[in-house]
Amino acid sequence: MSETNAGVVIIGAGHAGGTAAALLRQYGYAAPIILVGEEPIAPYQRPPLSKAWLKGEADAESLALKPVAFYAEAGIDLVLAVKATAIDRVGHTVSLSDGRTLAYDALIIATGATARALPIPGADLKGVLSLRSAADAEELKAALRPGKRLAVIGGGYIGLEAAASARALGAEAVVIEKEPRILARVACEVLSTFFTDYHRARGVEFEVGATVEALEGGASGRVTGVRLAEGRIVACDTALVGVGAPPNDQIARAAGLATGGGVVVDIHARTSDPAIYAIGDVTHRPLPHYSRSFRLESVANALEQARQAAAAITGRPPPVEEVTWNWSDQYDIKYQFAGVPFDVDEVIVRGDPATGKFAVFHLTGDVIQAVEAVNAPAEFMMGRKLIGQRQPISRSRLADPAVSMKEVAA
Amino acid sequence: MPKITYIEHSGAEHVLDVKNGLSVMEGAVKNNIPGIDADCGGACACATCHVYVDEAWTDKVGSKSAMEESMLDFAENVEPNSRLSCQIKVTDALDGLVVRMPESQH
Repeated sequence: MSETNAGVVIIGAGHAGGTAAALLRQYGYAAPIILVGEEPIAPYQRPPLSKAWLKGEADAESLALKPVAFYAEAGIDLVLAVKATAIDRVGHTVSLSDGRTLAYDALIIATGATARALPIPGADLKGVLSLRSAADAEELKAALRPGKRLAVIGGGYIGLEAAASARALGAEAVVIEKEPRILARVACEVLSTFFTDYHRARGVEFEVGATVEALEGGASGRVTGVRLAEGRIVACDTALVGVGAPPNDQIARAAGLATGGGVVVDIHARTSDPAIYAIGDVTHRPLPHYSRSFRLESVANALEQARQAAAAITGRPPPVEEVTWNWSDQYDIKYQFAGVPFDVDEVIVRGDPATGKFAVFHLTGDVIQAVEAVNAPAEFMMGRKLIGQRQPISRSRLADPAVSMKEVAA
Repeated sequence: MPKITYIEHSGAEHVLDVKNGLSVMEGAVKNNIPGIDADCGGACACATCHVYVDEAWTDKVGSKSAMEESMLDFAENVEPNSRLSCQIKVTDALDGLVVRMPESQH
């Protein structure tokens, strides 16, 4: 692969980029590896930022993907607080914001996503935060304590996890969602209702179907409230904006790579240029189990594509195709979900949501397309397996919690 | 620091000093030892840090939570000594622990 011995350049030192670098060494790649990241710190895990870390149950050391010393020991050149500015596909080089130009044999784009900002007045007030980086999380954590009130704009997973963590830290929390229900884009109605009730019972307030018009500020320049379309103001000391994260695909577009809802890649994480790979949140990728393409935003996706790219670059057989999955921790709930509910014609709820342990299956005919499992690991694990196998099952047995998941699959 | 021996499915052996308080999974991942993926980072959500605990140590590593038990129940190639290594905390009492890795975590 490495005719010039320029090696691999990875732009983006997040979960995907950091994992790809480590895997290349695990897979025996011997040429140089240069890992370029905009943030000033070595690759770390983002999921705990809204969960365990925010609640003070995990420290910086446990967030880190690898100890700092690892990179030097593994011969990975870690270039931090530097941004890649342009790709020269003909010359096989990447320009950096520090003025350097790096040559590559293979390039991996792992630039992730950026939290979407609200295009409304007051969005630049102090105390209006997003939650994407460790620095964002530090700021949010400092604002969550008894007597303080957090307004979460956007009822998605990050917002709900932050609201749960705020309550655990003794702060008040209100979730403002423009759709008629929370999690509208990512979960079914049964789940929306369950999570709404669960949060309400723990003191979280909800404003759904609410359009945010502006953020109000005080004399200090800090946010004091969220103004809704009807004119009402929801008071807060801090506002967390969690309304999606578009892909950082500008550098790929400028280089003429195929893009569209992210950088378009194949099942080996290869872009339209065979020497360039893209992995993680920035990609628009095939979902082999569904014969479609999609943009997944999850750690599982980042890691799967890191394995795909590292395998392709080192000439190893491609990894097993995975069924996409993710999880969310809120209070004592372990929520796990797998698959994507495409072409669903039946929804089966297994178990009673009132017991706090149930799963929702989405099917096309007798084939499971997706599963959403609340404190139901067996349903998640077996559901995920069945999605991958495209194995038809009996709907009536699936709907009966007295029939074990192993028997459902038998 | 407790010494833990990680044995890959291929037989390759890695003896590591792992700090008290870390999980057995973290000991492998932070040292870039192949064979333990730990996709969820230790949240007991994925079952990709499956190991076989050496018979001499099965009592000392403690017991499984209901969550771990259920996750393992549906993992591949599970044996009575199977554990999710993210759920085993390293202490001085585990100095000398030996764990073996399955052929694949996926």
